[in-house]
Amino acid sequence: MSSEVYERIRRNPKFDELVSKRSRFAWLLTAVVLGLYFIFIMIVAFNPTLLATPIWEGGVASIAWPIGASLILLFWLMTGLYVRRANSEFDDINSEIIRGAIE
Amino acid sequence: MNRQWLKFGAAALALGWVGLAAAAPDVGQVQKQALNIHAIVMFFIFVMMTLGITYWAAKRTKTASDYYSAGGGITGTQNGLAIAGDYMSAATLLGLTSLTYFQGFDGYIYCICFYVGWPFIMFIMAERLRNLGKFTFADITSYRLDQRKVRTVAAIGSLTVVVFYLIAQMVGAGQLIKLLFGLEYWIAVVIVGVLMVVYVTFGGMIATTWVQIIKACLLLGGGTLVMLLAFSQFGFNFETLATKAVENSKKGIALMGPGSLLADPITAVSLSLGLMFGTAGLPHILMRFFTVPNAKEARKSVFIATLCVGFFFTVVAIMGLAAITIVGTNPQYFEGGDLAGKLLGGGNMPAMHLAHAVGGNMMLGFLSAVAFATILAVVSGLALAGASAISHDIYANVIRQGQATEAEEVRVSKRSSLFLGVLAVLLGIAFEKQNVAFMVGLAFGVAASCNFPVLILSMYWKGLTTRGAIWGSIAGLISAVLIVVLSKAVWVTVLGNKDPIFPYEQPAIFSMPIAFFFAWLGSTLDNSAQAAQEKEAFEDQYVRAQTGFGAAGAASH
Repeated sequence: MSSEVYERIRRNPKFDELVSKRSRFAWLLTAVVLGLYFIFIMIVAFNPTLLATPIWEGGVASIAWPIGASLILLFWLMTGLYVRRANSEFDDINSEIIRGAIE
Repeated sequence: MNRQWLKFGAAALALGWVGLAAAAPDVGQVQKQALNIHAIVMFFIFVMMTLGITYWAAKRTKTASDYYSAGGGITGTQNGLAIAGDYMSAATLLGLTSLTYFQGFDGYIYCICFYVGWPFIMFIMAERLRNLGKFTFADITSYRLDQRKVRTVAAIGSLTVVVFYLIAQMVGAGQLIKLLFGLEYWIAVVIVGVLMVVYVTFGGMIATTWVQIIKACLLLGGGTLVMLLAFSQFGFNFETLATKAVENSKKGIALMGPGSLLADPITAVSLSLGLMFGTAGLPHILMRFFTVPNAKEARKSVFIATLCVGFFFTVVAIMGLAAITIVGTNPQYFEGGDLAGKLLGGGNMPAMHLAHAVGGNMMLGFLSAVAFATILAVVSGLALAGASAISHDIYANVIRQGQATEAEEVRVSKRSSLFLGVLAVLLGIAFEKQNVAFMVGLAFGVAASCNFPVLILSMYWKGLTTRGAIWGSIAGLISAVLIVVLSKAVWVTVLGNKDPIFPYEQPAIFSMPIAFFFAWLGSTLDNSAQAAQEKEAFEDQYVRAQTGFGAAGAASH
């Protein structure tokens, strides 16, 4: 685990590929989560009555609840999306890089 | 009114029980209830089980790595449950149910604010934490910086968080148990202290993790059961549930939309930042990332934790809504049987009364035992994190400069956990009649402002130097503490002054930028040869962070 090995890994073009692919994916997902969260909070702050709209005409239960639950579900699914890609595609590139470096 | 409510929410979220003491001072000193035999029996079973696990864990704990990080041998799913367990405190169950009971949808908004930090931890932090860390988060911040200086500062940050959080939990445990079990306050505090020390000293991280896993399952199972029993009374129809709730609540139709949560945007954003990044700076949560063998499992554990936390928040919201009708219309649960009066036991009791209403004394006893188990598991994690900061950071790396043997290090850690246990019990008893709600805010504020900025910069910014790390940590620590002390929570409520000097109680929105600024300034002004070396060392650290090559691996057993 000397600096030399790290140097070799760094020079491997696959390393750049791994880093750029994974970072792009991670930041994209982060942006989506924060974007949706921000929109939600802005609606809460500036147009609260919109969320109080009943689900069914003449009903009482508001759309706020299913929207909140969907946000929670969606964010969780996105973490799943990340794990799926990171634990297969990215980790495959990763182990290839490490194999190449220690040979 | 709005500010009042926000304050209540902040505290309730962060701890729950203790927080409620701030919102409704009259529940701070609770009256002792009749001895609750069901609860005591069930809690006794839990304790026996966990002591058995501690015995088993003690036999498997041979090396420092076993002790601090369970030998890296916890699977992603197990660790996910344990992380969720660390996150879902008695606060989540009691505080958030009560928030939904009184405020409707605002309670659920709170859950979402509380939840959104998890995807962030997954995308930005999980794999780097695992690839760079070993036993404590200071392993990461000091990776390429001056070991002694950076570890000292990191340990101060960790211990500040741990001690304030411990006091708050201890006082909360004492009050809760007095109320639910009918035991004396000091007995409850001593029981919590003794069990915590036993788990941590003998069983290390293996026992602490399993206690946390069992508790997470009990909490999820118990909460879900109460929710299903309650929801069945409405035929599992959300429209019926909502209609009844609106009919029976003082707030009426206002339950169905956002209320006053964001009336003060600065406090709301600050709270949100503190919860999100404070979580990512809590030493006992960060330690959990080192208990899995590799980044793959670290990612899986966040996936599982996110599922559990999100699911539980939803369960809690439904419980709150159902309690409006089931508890709110039953005079049995009100002082003097007066529906317009106060809830028996105080404003945080809807979850417990609901358990009693749908499942009798048995269910109430079960949920009380789960609440006690929850506190116990959280304080154990805290004690282990504090003991590790003392032994691994201060003793092994600062005092002995890496020359201590593993056996010496673990011995110091065990003594530290005993010391922390005694300290926690003494402070818990000393603070019995104090209002300690601010301590949780302080713990999260320090975690978000002292630990988090330096941690994230050390992983992402090449330019961070030792001087920057120290300036950043100290600036974050001082500003977070000062803001809390000068705000209403301490300056007025605790010290008895008339007006607060600083108008906001949530420090994060101010103290986090201050910490980042000083970390940047200190690093930029640092032109020493050492600083140049530190920047250069980032390259190797970066490769390890990305690939996990050279990361502390799993033990072979």
